[in-house]
Amino acid sequence: MSVNETIASAVGTQEETIIPVKDPIEEGKRESIHVEEGKTVGKPFADDPKFKLRNVEVFYGQDRAIKDISLDIARNEVISFIGPSGCGKSTFLRCLNRMNDSIDICRIKGQLMLDDEDIYHSKKDVVELRARVGMVFQKPNPFPKSIYDNVAYGPRIHGLANRKSDLDDIVENSLRKAGLWDEAKDRLDAIATGMSGGQQQRLCIARAIAVSPEVILMDEPCSALDPIATARVEELIAEMSESYTIVIVTHSMQQAARVSHRTAYFHLGHLVEVNETNKVFTSPEHELTESYITGRFG
Amino acid sequence: MPTKKDDVYGDHISHKFNDELMALKSEFLEMGGLVESQVDRAITALVDNDGHLADEVRATDKKVDQMEIDIDEEATLIIARRQPTARDLRLVISVIKMVADLERVGDEAKKIAKFAIKLSEEGQAPRGYVEVRHIGTHVLSMLHDALDAFARLDSEQALRIMKEDKRVDEEYQAATRTLLTFMMEDTRNISRCMSVMWILRALERVGDHACNIAENVIFMVKGEDVRHTPVEEAEKVVGR
Repeated sequence: MSVNETIASAVGTQEETIIPVKDPIEEGKRESIHVEEGKTVGKPFADDPKFKLRNVEVFYGQDRAIKDISLDIARNEVISFIGPSGCGKSTFLRCLNRMNDSIDICRIKGQLMLDDEDIYHSKKDVVELRARVGMVFQKPNPFPKSIYDNVAYGPRIHGLANRKSDLDDIVENSLRKAGLWDEAKDRLDAIATGMSGGQQQRLCIARAIAVSPEVILMDEPCSALDPIATARVEELIAEMSESYTIVIVTHSMQQAARVSHRTAYFHLGHLVEVNETNKVFTSPEHELTESYITGRFG
Repeated sequence: MPTKKDDVYGDHISHKFNDELMALKSEFLEMGGLVESQVDRAITALVDNDGHLADEVRATDKKVDQMEIDIDEEATLIIARRQPTARDLRLVISVIKMVADLERVGDEAKKIAKFAIKLSEEGQAPRGYVEVRHIGTHVLSMLHDALDAFARLDSEQALRIMKEDKRVDEEYQAATRTLLTFMMEDTRNISRCMSVMWILRALERVGDHACNIAENVIFMVKGEDVRHTPVEEAEKVVGR
């Protein structure tokens, strides 16, 4: 296995399938609402963006899954992507650390910049990119190894620690940041898959943090967790926002309302609206956003 | 049959949620209708010297209070069960606030009824009743229009009510001056005139509450808070 494939599998890319895009508007007989391509209402841009994304389009074969999206993601911002199934929010998220590379029929157009570096430049080192832009998935996917080895895996392959004591420090710090240290410190050698779902997810967050990323992408990180574990992870997101930029895809609108500074609403591959989260959930600008968040379709 | 405007709250995927919001809306309007008639009857009781009617008004206030409690409870349950957002959230929050206004209007009606009984027992020639009638009709129409604006989600009508409030204030000032002259004419008028002043004050407050309801209607429709802003600002919001 090449290093790239190792990393890709470390963060779990294989299990995803592409969901055919259906038109929820048509299903809900709302054909009267029109989305103009490339026109996003609200505040999609930021002054000092971590990510600067312009005219991004994603194709799966002939299908255009992302249609001319431009967006800035600010430094140390928590931004959530919401929208009905098949709206392109996960696809768009995966563009940010080139997770879509492993899908053969997937093509990406447009400009995607991370701190003024082109993410899709032909010379770009994807391993380095993914160390800077970590990812946490819907289902906790710890390796069938010990808790310690799960967290130490990334730092080891990236050569971040020369001595055992350095590695110990990284593991402890990462587990502490993920709020798991107290529960895990006495069982670091225990196999990770024996932990509860919520603990496993926090372990995955610890694993993502261990390589000192700048950005953390979360693809429905709480959808497999119970309310208590969800609250823990949300608490963690709030703490982490001090040092990381966080992009979170979620189906829970309450979660988006609770954790994020800005919320982006996706619809059929369009980015319909981006606004302050408080605004989106009290008086959204776009009719479609309103219909979706109030439970009129989706 | 639901009207086009009702559809605004009636097209959720969950029919139960539709029903809950519709019920909240119609119960609020029912309470509004009751409170409106309370004020109307209190004024009639006063002007017609009808102590019996005034007693009825005072007794009915308990029903108004109970409606406030019931509507608040329903609104609380909707928040707990549905976590409403956007316009649904604005409806629920506005209803919670406007219900308090309605309840206060009910209290003002009760207060007027109390003075009606007192004045009818004293049984002297009515002074200042013309003013009471006049301002009473004015604020009642404001209250009616505010409830109507709520029912139809009509922010322009709500704005007109906000503008009316200034005129009520002027009428109140004028009526106060008139009563002051009555008092200066003959000091034996003072006690009665003070009672009428309290009634005028109560009616002026009814106008304020109607205005609060109108402001909430603008918030519900436009999503912007126009309380404590000049009318010109509210005008801009409604024009958007």
